[in-house]
Amino acid sequence: MSARLRWRKFVSGFMLTMTGVCALVAVSVLFLILGYLVYHGGASINWNFFTKLPVPVGETGGGMANAIVGSGKLLLLATLFGVPIGFLGAIYLAEFSGGTTAFVVRYAADLLNGVPSIVIGIFAFSLVVHPFKHFSTFAGGFALGLMMIPITLRSTEEFLRAVPRALREAAMALGASKWKTIVTVIVPAAYRGILTAILLAFARVAGETAPLLFTALGNQFWSPGWQQPTASLPVMIYTYALAPYDDWHRQAWAAGLVLLGLILIINIVARAILSRGIAVPRT
Amino acid sequence: MATTTTTVPGAGPVAGSRSFLSRLREGDEIARMITFLFAASVVLVTVLLVFELWQGSALARHKFGFNFFLTSVWDPIFEQFGALPFIYGTLVTAAVSLLIAVPLGIGAAIFLAELAPARVSDTLEFFIDLLAAVPSVIYGVLGIFIVVPLMRQYVQPALKHSFGFLPLFQGPVYGIGFLTAGIVLAIMVIPYIISVSREVLLSVPREQREAALSLGATRWESTWKVVVPFARAGIFGSIFLALARALGETMAVTMVIGNTPKISASLLSPGYSIAAVIANEFTEATGELHTQSLIELGLVLFLLTFILNGLARLLIVATSQRGSGMGHV
Repeated sequence: MSARLRWRKFVSGFMLTMTGVCALVAVSVLFLILGYLVYHGGASINWNFFTKLPVPVGETGGGMANAIVGSGKLLLLATLFGVPIGFLGAIYLAEFSGGTTAFVVRYAADLLNGVPSIVIGIFAFSLVVHPFKHFSTFAGGFALGLMMIPITLRSTEEFLRAVPRALREAAMALGASKWKTIVTVIVPAAYRGILTAILLAFARVAGETAPLLFTALGNQFWSPGWQQPTASLPVMIYTYALAPYDDWHRQAWAAGLVLLGLILIINIVARAILSRGIAVPRT
Repeated sequence: MATTTTTVPGAGPVAGSRSFLSRLREGDEIARMITFLFAASVVLVTVLLVFELWQGSALARHKFGFNFFLTSVWDPIFEQFGALPFIYGTLVTAAVSLLIAVPLGIGAAIFLAELAPARVSDTLEFFIDLLAAVPSVIYGVLGIFIVVPLMRQYVQPALKHSFGFLPLFQGPVYGIGFLTAGIVLAIMVIPYIISVSREVLLSVPREQREAALSLGATRWESTWKVVVPFARAGIFGSIFLALARALGETMAVTMVIGNTPKISASLLSPGYSIAAVIANEFTEATGELHTQSLIELGLVLFLLTFILNGLARLLIVATSQRGSGMGHV
């Protein structure tokens, strides 16, 4: 073996090892994040965290019950607003539309998907908060729902398209009308994929902070109804982490652990739903 | 392919109105119209978004014109608004993040696509996907409580010690600042680079590798000189995607950049970014002009990410089509 060949083999081995190191570093970040959150957050998480309101500065204890309920309400609104548009829009794209319209809708959805979340916040502010002159749960839900639309739309469309043509033709051959075919054959065949898409969209917006800063704002107390500003976990984490009090920092860690735990669990469940049963190929 | 059946059912010669009525009775037309309304609302909302940004910043755009981007006085009291420090901060942090994230991300993607057995690759990709799902406020928390102290105590003093002669690493050490924000951003965008680059690399036809290996190339040579160049456009696409993310990222940057509207050559000094100033000042903006200037910043951010995302999509689609077109076995 010549020296040159030996050198080339050494370079090859070395560089390939380095790529492995890169992958290792990238993946280990996830475990570092989890580790830190469990270490710091686990110590300060307790029953009060889930049941009590925040206490004034100086007192220790208290919890984030209002933020947990607030996040729940915001996400409920977001789902009610974003999922129908995404889902039915995707049915239109995959089943009814032809060239130009589909292109325009898809283009709009991709554009919306790329809009930075803080800009979504500005938009929701000028559309919902400004005309009504007050911050509200409703505005926050609108902002989050807006972010769910493109994610739900694009992936649902992909899964609908992946349903084999033979299934459609079989239903049509039996005399079913188009919408009957969609409702009874196509959507059920793709439901795992659609459910996954919705869950992933939900998990994505569950941690969004920026669009809530000037829509749902924040609240140290319970927020009755839908017209008041409301606390939410992500905004609470943000304000508590930046505050100069140790006790608030502990609460921020605990909230971070709860939020990340929720998001990771939804992600894992979503992927598990997809991988079980008939695999729907991604186009 | 989706439109095949709208004209089919045995309408025959009498088509026209009767077939429309029968389709209406069967509900097809109604379903079509309802779903169309929902699809159209996506377009409507997007157009409205652009319109609101444009309309909402009209005052500021007329008052400051192009000087908005060239002056660096940001003074709500005297209503002077120049965005240069924010634009500078956004670009510098994004550049730092890409300097770190691109080599790491592409290296990892090469490992996942070329080296790792399918099971290992899929498992690692699963973790990478989870990493991409971590919300930015969590990165912010880890940033201020873990990264900032590390930077202040170890990394920045060391950088100053070894590279202090460069203007990049001068001045007092705070922990927060451009460099820290860039590092946190890098951690956040790496998953996007890895996922997309891996997909693109996997779509490179097998023959390309086999041909290179059969000519006597080592494994690395076939990867670096044949596979990567083949996928180059798609990899650039993943970088643009990451850049768009980095520019628009708000929470994590706001928490570690220092929020000081200052232009400084040193990466160690605190700064400000477009997204951060919007997040901090929007609710407290006093005058109309202040709000409008912030909306104009939002418009800038929107346009930047719009262009980058568009480019990214073009490049990624072009590469994967090229791959699957030629490499169909």
